[in-house]
Amino acid sequence: MQNAYPPPGTGQSITEPLMLAPADPAWRGRLAITFVGLALLWPLLVASEFKPWIFFDVKSLQATGRFLAAFVPPAHSSQFLLIVLEATWQTIAMATAGLTLALIGAIPMTLIVTERLSISRLGGKKMHRLPAMLRQFVRWLLILLRSIPELVWALLLVRVIGLGPTAGVLAIALTYCGMLGKVYAEILDSSDAHATDTLLRNGSSRLGALFYGAMPEAASELVSYTVYRWECAIRGSVVMGFVGAGGLGQRLDESMKMLAGGEVSTMLIVFVLLVAGADMVSRMLRSRLT
Amino acid sequence: MSQALAPPPPRMRWSSIVLLLGLMSLVAASFISLPWALEGFFTADAVRTTSEFLRGFAPPDLAPNFLHRIGVATLETLAMSALGTLLAAVLGMCLALPASGRFGRGARSVVRSLQNMLRAVPELVWASILLIAVGLGPFAGTLALAVHTAGVLGRLFADALENGSPLPEAALRNNGVRPIAVFLYATLPQTTPQILSYTLYRWENNIRAAAILGVVGAGGLGQMLKYHLSLFQMEQAATVILAMLLLVALVDMVSLQLRRALTR
Repeated sequence: MQNAYPPPGTGQSITEPLMLAPADPAWRGRLAITFVGLALLWPLLVASEFKPWIFFDVKSLQATGRFLAAFVPPAHSSQFLLIVLEATWQTIAMATAGLTLALIGAIPMTLIVTERLSISRLGGKKMHRLPAMLRQFVRWLLILLRSIPELVWALLLVRVIGLGPTAGVLAIALTYCGMLGKVYAEILDSSDAHATDTLLRNGSSRLGALFYGAMPEAASELVSYTVYRWECAIRGSVVMGFVGAGGLGQRLDESMKMLAGGEVSTMLIVFVLLVAGADMVSRMLRSRLT
Repeated sequence: MSQALAPPPPRMRWSSIVLLLGLMSLVAASFISLPWALEGFFTADAVRTTSEFLRGFAPPDLAPNFLHRIGVATLETLAMSALGTLLAAVLGMCLALPASGRFGRGARSVVRSLQNMLRAVPELVWASILLIAVGLGPFAGTLALAVHTAGVLGRLFADALENGSPLPEAALRNNGVRPIAVFLYATLPQTTPQILSYTLYRWENNIRAAAILGVVGAGGLGQMLKYHLSLFQMEQAATVILAMLLLVALVDMVSLQLRRALTR
């Protein structure tokens, strides 16, 4: 076996064919995977009506060109800027009010759901049947609230309440109530059980055990998650405007339907700045906590 | 004595007080400034129309004919998300090469800010812009997912490439291997697991996003929902919402099981 490799410099006849690239040992597998991939890709292309040549259709090129050409300069008349400013504030207000309402709903539900505050399970015993059922019921309610996307809530609420920010606020409140309730309960349940258990076993009230046992450990994480959700709510409330729930999104949708490129570009800039601002504020607040 | 045992309460910092007051005034200002339309909830007339609206959902439309259309729309949603993610992965890789500093610092910062821009605009806004270029239908939705996700994945890929160990690359380079071969045989194999897991994770997100993208007219289940809601065909709308919930729950379950199987 040791003679399989000739010493360097001697076997001219052997190094010569090696100068050509050696065949890929895995070529069969690669080829097969490529064919399987192409075979899978075909139905996807058909189902999503993938027709890139639409881009180069003369009519659509003209329309797109005109729309994009109007992007510069962005619309900047003082009247329009005032409208955009108002819509931006409405977006922030929607997110803030929605999150506040979500908190009002999520906090009591968290208190019901979290197993840290159950007295019957102390000492490793099984929880009583009734509280276990109640917890499971509220858990299902939270799942239902958060698994319907906020946009669908908004779409439904716009039908009930009519166009305007109220539908958006309620949509955020409903979805985020589900998300906050779930995550708050998870954070509390994963905190150290020792302090709350000791307090509860010595006859402290449940709220007392929560505030003095679990909160000191979990508070910063809870607040940090809430701030992060506020940032998400701002992004979400822009998107909900597209179904008529007020704020910057609704203005953006209107301008887009009128193909007013200048207005669209102004609002996109404002939107990107708003998201970056919310990101900055949220990062600043969260860094204070840790 | 008990007084002496209790530690003094921690002192509030001024900045915290100012911050709390600021937050409270933000909340108050939000509630005051919004044009509330709550009378829609509390007048007798409104209660009647609302309950009528809700009762309309009651038996979801389960006719086989309609269920077939739901199935087609669900497949369309899945196809949009898969193709959008695939395009985004390819585009993201093209962006990640300059964004990981392979073509100099200037290119890196330019491409990184381009990625941030793509990422900052949500899929739905991209979709409504692209509708102007390519018209109604799932193609606009696919492209919207691709553009937004390219920004997200491009940045994640670039970070993965930057964080890879430089040693294998340097070893091949020093022995005179061409840059493309170095990338293919040293850098890419190192980062492939990360790239794959990021891509799968975004696919999961994109299925959820594709389900609702249609409300601006970009195909899939969302477009059906919007259509039936605007015709006040509540029974059909209820079925679409149920299909969305099922799809999302299924995706969540599959991804949870996969994650468990892979980390075990």
